[in-house]
Amino acid sequence: MRRLALALSFVVLASLPFWVANDYYINIAAQILLYAVFALGLNVLVGYGGLVSLGHAGLFGIAAYAGAIFINGGAGHLLAVFGALVVTVATAAVFAVLALRGTGLGFVMITVALGQILWGVAYRWISITNGDNGVSIATRPSPFGLSLANAAGFYWATVLVFLAAVGTIAIFVGSPFGASLRGTRDQPRRMNALGYHVWMIRFLAFLFSGLWSGVAGMLFLYYNQFVSPQVVALGASAEALLMVIAGGTATLLGPVTGAALVVIMKNVASAYIARWNLVLGAIFVVIVIFMPEGLVPGSVRLWGWAAARFYPRQGEPGPSARQQSGA
Amino acid sequence: MNLWLVLAGNSIAFGGLLFLLSAGFSLIFGLMRIPNLTHGSLFMLGAYFGASLIAWGFGFWPAAIAAGIGVAILGGLIERLLLRRLPGAELAQVLVTLGLSFMIADLCLMGWGGDPIEIATPPALRGATLISTAAFPTYRLAVIAVAVVIAVGLWVLLDRTRLGAMIRAGVDDPAMARVVGIRVSRLFTIVFCLGAGLAGFAGVIGGPILSVYPGLDQDMLPLALVVVILGGSGSLVGSFVGSFVVGFLYNFGQAMLPELAYVVLFLPMLVVLVLRPQGLFGRAAA
Repeated sequence: MRRLALALSFVVLASLPFWVANDYYINIAAQILLYAVFALGLNVLVGYGGLVSLGHAGLFGIAAYAGAIFINGGAGHLLAVFGALVVTVATAAVFAVLALRGTGLGFVMITVALGQILWGVAYRWISITNGDNGVSIATRPSPFGLSLANAAGFYWATVLVFLAAVGTIAIFVGSPFGASLRGTRDQPRRMNALGYHVWMIRFLAFLFSGLWSGVAGMLFLYYNQFVSPQVVALGASAEALLMVIAGGTATLLGPVTGAALVVIMKNVASAYIARWNLVLGAIFVVIVIFMPEGLVPGSVRLWGWAAARFYPRQGEPGPSARQQSGA
Repeated sequence: MNLWLVLAGNSIAFGGLLFLLSAGFSLIFGLMRIPNLTHGSLFMLGAYFGASLIAWGFGFWPAAIAAGIGVAILGGLIERLLLRRLPGAELAQVLVTLGLSFMIADLCLMGWGGDPIEIATPPALRGATLISTAAFPTYRLAVIAVAVVIAVGLWVLLDRTRLGAMIRAGVDDPAMARVVGIRVSRLFTIVFCLGAGLAGFAGVIGGPILSVYPGLDQDMLPLALVVVILGGSGSLVGSFVGSFVVGFLYNFGQAMLPELAYVVLFLPMLVVLVLRPQGLFGRAAA
C-alpha cells in the first residue's frame, strides 16, 4: 500500500508537465519542490534536532549569491554549483560553531543575528553583491545537453533534485545517526551520559541541513536567474520555518505540504491582495496558537474537538473525547 | 579632529536612543525568557503614531509620551491576548511575536504608505550647541539627556521600589518568586507594557534623527538583539553599556567601512558569544 502510494506520487510528479499544459502551473510546481527541498533541509534541524534556526535563509541565499558570482566570474555551471555548495557548507560550519554555543532561545537569537549579518553583507557590500539591485545570471545550465531553459525541463531537473533530497533525508533520519539526533533533541543529558558527543551530532546535522539549504538556494538561483538581498532577509527565514511548522515538524511529508501551502498561498494571495506579509504573519500566529503540531494533525485534532464539543455522543462527555482525539 | 568629535557625539546620542529601545527588550528577555521580535515593530509603530499626532497639532513631547502610552497598551494586549495563551512555551511565543512583527509592518505600510515620514525637531532644540570647539546638534544632546533621565528612572524603579524588587526576583528565579507569593504572570504584563512603551517612545524620540520608513523595524531589531547579547539579558547596566558600545560601532562602522558596517557591528557580538555566552553583565543561565 505504502509502496503503491509512493509509486503513484512519483508517476504524478514525473508526468505533471504532460497533463498540465500551462507553463505558469509547471513553474509553480517547480517552486513548490524547490522550497520543499529547503524546508526538508531546515526540518532536519528544527524537527529532528529540536534546534530552531531563524537564519537559514542566510545559507539558502549565500549559495545563490556564491553561485551567481562564480558564474559571472566565468566558472562553468558544474564548478559553480560545486563551489557554491562548498561555500554554503563552510558557512554552515561557522554558523553551527557559533549558534551551538546556545540551545533553545539562545540558538534562535544567534541564528537571527547571523542571518542579519549575511543580509547586511548582501545589502551593503555593493562592490560584490550589487546591493539592493541584486545579481543576475544569463543562462540556466544544460546538463548532458538537456536544456533547462523551458519550464518543463527545469521542472524535471527540480523533481530529480527533490527526489534526491527526500531519499537522502529519509536515509539520514532512519539511520542510527538520525536516531541519535532525535535522542539529543529529547534527552540531551542522557545522550551525553550514554557517551554520545551531543555537540558533534548537532554540528553534523547542521552541516547536512545547510547542504540541502544550499542546494535549494542554487535551484532558486537557476529558477529566477536572479538573487537579491530579499532572499536573505529575516522574512525569508521565517517563511521557511513556517513551511516546516505549518506542515508538521519531524515528518518527511510535513515540510513538503508546508512548502506547497506557502507557495500556493503566496501566489494566490498576491493575485488578489498585495498584503502577503499580513497573511503570512496571521497564518503564523494562528498556527502557532491553535495548531502547534502542524496543519494536518492540527486540523484533525480541532475537528475532533469541535465534533465532541458540539455533537456530544451519548454517554461520552466532551472533555474525554477531546483527550482521546488529542492523544 | 572635529570630525571625530562629532562622530563620537553622534555615537553617544545613538547609543542613548538604543538604550531606550533595548532596556525594555532586555527586561522582557530577562523576565519572560523570550526575545520579543516585535520590539522593532513597536519602535516603528511608536514613530508612526508620533508622526501622526504631531501632524494633528500635538507638541513633540506630548506626542512622544502619548505614542509611548499607546504602544504600551498595545504591548499589554499582545501579552494578555496572545502570549498568555502559550504559558511556558517560549519557542511558540517567539514565533507569535515574529508573526506579529510581519503583521504590524504590513499594517504600517497600509496605514502610512511607503514613503519616509520626517518628524520635525522640536523648535526649541533646533540648531547647534558649541562644546569646546565642536558644534553639536542640540537635539542630539537632548536625546542623551532623555536617555540618562530614563536610565536613572529605571534604575530607581528596579533597585529602590517594591515592584522593582519583585521584577528582579522574577528575573533571577521565577519559580521561587511564585512560591513566595509574587504574581509573576502580572509582572509579565507590567514589564511587557513598560518595554513596549519605552520602545514606542524611543521611536518618536528617534524620529528627528532616523525619520520613519518601512523597514525601520528590521533595522532596529538586530541592534536591540546585539545590545542584549553583548550586555546580557535582564541587566540594566548591561543594556546601558551595550547600547553605547553598539552606538559607537554602528556610527564609526558606517563612517569608516560603510560596506561592512554590519560586519563591524556583529563581530564583537560574536566574540562575546564565544568567550562569554551570558553577555558582559549577564549571569550564567541556571
